[in-house]
Amino acid sequence: MESIHQLKRADFIFRNENDWEKILGNALKRKNQDIIKELISSELKGRGGAGFPTGLKWKFASEAEADEKFIICNADEGEPGTFKDREILTKVPYKVLTAMAVCANIIGAKKGFIYLRGEYKFLKEELNKAIDEFHYYCNEINFDFTIKIFMGSGAYVCGEETALFESMEGKRGEPRNKPPFPTIKGYMGKPTVINNVETLAHVFTILKYGAKKFYDLGVQYSRGTKLFSVSGDTPKPGIYELELGMSLQDFVYEFGDGDTKAVQVGGASGFLVPRKNFKDAAIGFKGKLTGISLPTGGSMMLFNSSRSMFNVLDNYLKFFREESCGQCTPCRVGCQQLQMGIKAVKRGEKPSSYLTKLLRLAETMQLAAKCGLGQSVANSFSSIVDNFHEEMIY
Amino acid sequence: MSKKVNLIINGLPVEVQHGTTILDAAKELGITIPTLCFHKDLCVAGNCRVCVVEVAGQRRLSAACATPCDEGMEILTNSLKVRSSRKHIIELLLSEHNADCTKCYRNGNCELQEISSEYKIMTQDFIELVPFKHYSIDAYSPSIMKDDSKCIRCQRCVRTCSELQGVNALTVAHKGDKMKITTFFEKSMRDVVCTNCGQCVNHCPTGALVEKNYIEDVWDAIANPKKHVVVQTAPAVRVGLGEELGFPPGSRVTGKLVAALKRLGFDSVLDTDFSADLTIVEEGTELLTRLKKALVDKDDTVKLPMATSCSPGWIKYIEHMYPEYLGHLSTCKSPQQMFGALVKTYYAKARNLDPADIVSVSIMPCTAKKFEAWRPEMHDSGYRDVDYVLTTRELAILIKQAGLDFDKLEEARYDRLMGDSTGAGVIFGATGGVMEAALRTAYEIVTGREVPFKNLDIMPVRGMEGIREAVIKIENPVKEWAFLDGVELKCAVAHGLVNAKKVMDAVKSGKADYHFIEFMACPGGCLGGGGQPIPTNPEIRQKRMNAIYAEDKSMKVRKSHENPEIIKLYKDFLKEPLGEKSHQLLHTKYTKRDRF
Ligand SMILES: Cc1cc2nc3c(=O)[nH]c(=O)nc-3n(C[C@H](O)[C@H](O)[C@H](O)COP(=O)(O)O)c2cc1C
Ligand code: SF4
Repeated sequence: MESIHQLKRADFIFRNENDWEKILGNALKRKNQDIIKELISSELKGRGGAGFPTGLKWKFASEAEADEKFIICNADEGEPGTFKDREILTKVPYKVLTAMAVCANIIGAKKGFIYLRGEYKFLKEELNKAIDEFHYYCNEINFDFTIKIFMGSGAYVCGEETALFESMEGKRGEPRNKPPFPTIKGYMGKPTVINNVETLAHVFTILKYGAKKFYDLGVQYSRGTKLFSVSGDTPKPGIYELELGMSLQDFVYEFGDGDTKAVQVGGASGFLVPRKNFKDAAIGFKGKLTGISLPTGGSMMLFNSSRSMFNVLDNYLKFFREESCGQCTPCRVGCQQLQMGIKAVKRGEKPSSYLTKLLRLAETMQLAAKCGLGQSVANSFSSIVDNFHEEMIY
Repeated sequence: MSKKVNLIINGLPVEVQHGTTILDAAKELGITIPTLCFHKDLCVAGNCRVCVVEVAGQRRLSAACATPCDEGMEILTNSLKVRSSRKHIIELLLSEHNADCTKCYRNGNCELQEISSEYKIMTQDFIELVPFKHYSIDAYSPSIMKDDSKCIRCQRCVRTCSELQGVNALTVAHKGDKMKITTFFEKSMRDVVCTNCGQCVNHCPTGALVEKNYIEDVWDAIANPKKHVVVQTAPAVRVGLGEELGFPPGSRVTGKLVAALKRLGFDSVLDTDFSADLTIVEEGTELLTRLKKALVDKDDTVKLPMATSCSPGWIKYIEHMYPEYLGHLSTCKSPQQMFGALVKTYYAKARNLDPADIVSVSIMPCTAKKFEAWRPEMHDSGYRDVDYVLTTRELAILIKQAGLDFDKLEEARYDRLMGDSTGAGVIFGATGGVMEAALRTAYEIVTGREVPFKNLDIMPVRGMEGIREAVIKIENPVKEWAFLDGVELKCAVAHGLVNAKKVMDAVKSGKADYHFIEFMACPGGCLGGGGQPIPTNPEIRQKRMNAIYAEDKSMKVRKSHENPEIIKLYKDFLKEPLGEKSHQLLHTKYTKRDRF
């Protein structure tokens, strides 16, 4: 059963481990099946947004037949209000590199890439040093695997896995049709595992402490811990590792400024939860109000009563309107219509009933857009318009 | 390999090949799912989203064009969810689109118009975005007009320019609400590496890309009593025009075409097939001369392989992309331009006309011909050799405006002079046709015998394969060409510029030792040209091709050098192939152009 429990801090991700060589060495000796089974039993789900079971992803890629395969670490971290991947790559890069190598060994990849957000250029030099050191060790144990950094250029949509491949292939960052999925046809049309930075860091935890330890944290459907990027109206913004499954009530108690009116869970593509629902909202992959998954990366933005939710929504819509790749109709035109539409209602140029038409449009975007970007605009749109209807009109 | 899957669409079971899309599976059941970004010639994009359907068990809708069928799938193509989403999507497209249909060149043949009419989009609830968009029209190119306000961002033109033509003149720029289809540095189509082939026009679902039309100019010329208006019609027009006027693809309408042009008021209705024959005599002689220089005189400055030069899209392409190979191009002008140069010299003299009073119009399956006629070097008659170039589509507009019931027209014959042609001239309209026509003539010049193929049909160079090769061994030549005895003449044919690129790269790398290569810019050759009726697709092109070869078969004379008017032309005027007059009027030079 899904349960809500108290906010519990944890300390795995940033705990400095000085034995990554040993962890890697041991993992390389283990049977592939073994590690996949362990990952599956840990119930680790991707921390990049879609929440896909990591063990299964690796399994599919390991079963795909191809002359070449790839492992890619998604460090595009473009979701507004998310800044935890940066911290992982700064503080414990070797965890990510180790997990990539283990994945490579399992699926049969010789090359790995880190797709680094353009704005994180300042991380590149240090990260390359860590990679050099890592290569040195791989060489020493005769393990044929190299990692390269690929710099993004600042488009949010390039964090979407298939747009990311396009971008790496030197093309315009436009999401592809799925299927085929990346584990069958990814980068260069070859089977590819793409994982979020944090997902890979959790893999390290599992390799070191075992699946059980991880599984015992969190709640059903939402196992383990998660990094939260806390921002907005809070006295203590920052990155916190928390067990999954806590209630939003507890969260706000801990991080709010006493006047929290609403929390945006999961960044611009996530949901807005108003105060009246804090009690019932659990933060996890199956939280009641946060929807079926915990959208990208655990951004938690707190808003107090001084904030206009109209402005908040307008701001998100402006973001989507600019960051949509522009290829598909529902998203490209839909975002423009939503943003201009709420403004028209606010100015009295359209009747308040126009909001209903826009809610239906948002639903069409969710149903028919080509990728997760367009599909998730409805999350914030509908949750804000539904819960702060008055603020949209007056 | 031939794995089958079973699925259910709208309650009807269907079995299809593994890998079939939902769109095609539905078609097998007689269910049409609307599409916009989908085109049979192109890779799947799945970006317009109007083809979304409901798959049981999935909350989200799937794009039918991009989703392969799975065993046991249950699909609804017309559920409430599908309909409401689809309608929204059409409304969204319209909100971004300058829907002044009555003033649009594609009015009546627009896929967006068709789909909005089907879905009866009668009101516009969404905000009109057009006033905020600052759309622009690019009308500088002599061939193609680009109106961004009509663009629905389906990227069909982008995919066409890249996948079929390998030119990439059109690309996507910017993202989000600013995303648009544009050119290198947003320059005019006139100023970028664009071959003017018009395939983008042919594949555009709306009026965003259209030919620059010269309809009114031609009406003005016809109405001017002082002008003698001559019209020539390209080979491929006669197998395409019917499609614009209610005939099925592949209809041969030569006689009606001629009758219509006469009724429109042209003073003389002549045939580009005539100058196609002339091209063969000149170009065949040129090829043999090059071979002689290379093989007998051991002149190593001779450029082989020799490449054909009748396709102006191909010419512009090689000028941009392989300028170091311009010497390999035959110096022959295209049939259109040979015709133009003769009309204001030979024809004018024979008919006792002042060339200044002649207006020379051509009907072409091509938009690049508009650019070709506009080239500064095409003034060898002392005047602009071809004044106006109309596409097959523009001619159909003329015919409709004149109120002609095309179906009822009594078939008529081309006028003389310069109206006589052969089967060899007709097949210029199909890929491989120039090669076949040239071989029919060159082989006979060299050996005194007909080409050793049944009924003169040189099958190896025919077909729709992107690149085709043929080897013809020369045996027992006549004395003058004795040095060619035993030589295997190696030929290649390429159509669609991506294929031209492959052949050129092979030539460049020394991997190809051809003597003669036919290049056509458009898929299928001129019959698939950028000025032909819309829509185009592989089946339609195949039908037009069948019609071309049927036309060839029906001709009394099927070898260019036996065209009586060509024989007369040499006797009365040109004297000999590659002679002085020919050089002055029928041959040309090429221009090195930049790659950017
Ligand atoms: C618009 C959009 C942006 C995304 N941006 C990111 C990102 O910045 N980082 C990330 O890891 N995943 C991002 N994702 C999710 C990826 O597509 C993909 O699901 C993820 O990298 C898979 O890794 P995981 O299974 O470890 O979560 C984005 C998805 C969408 C639709
Ligand atoms: S949903 Fe948006 S970002 Fe995704 S493919 Fe469509 S236009 Fe591009």
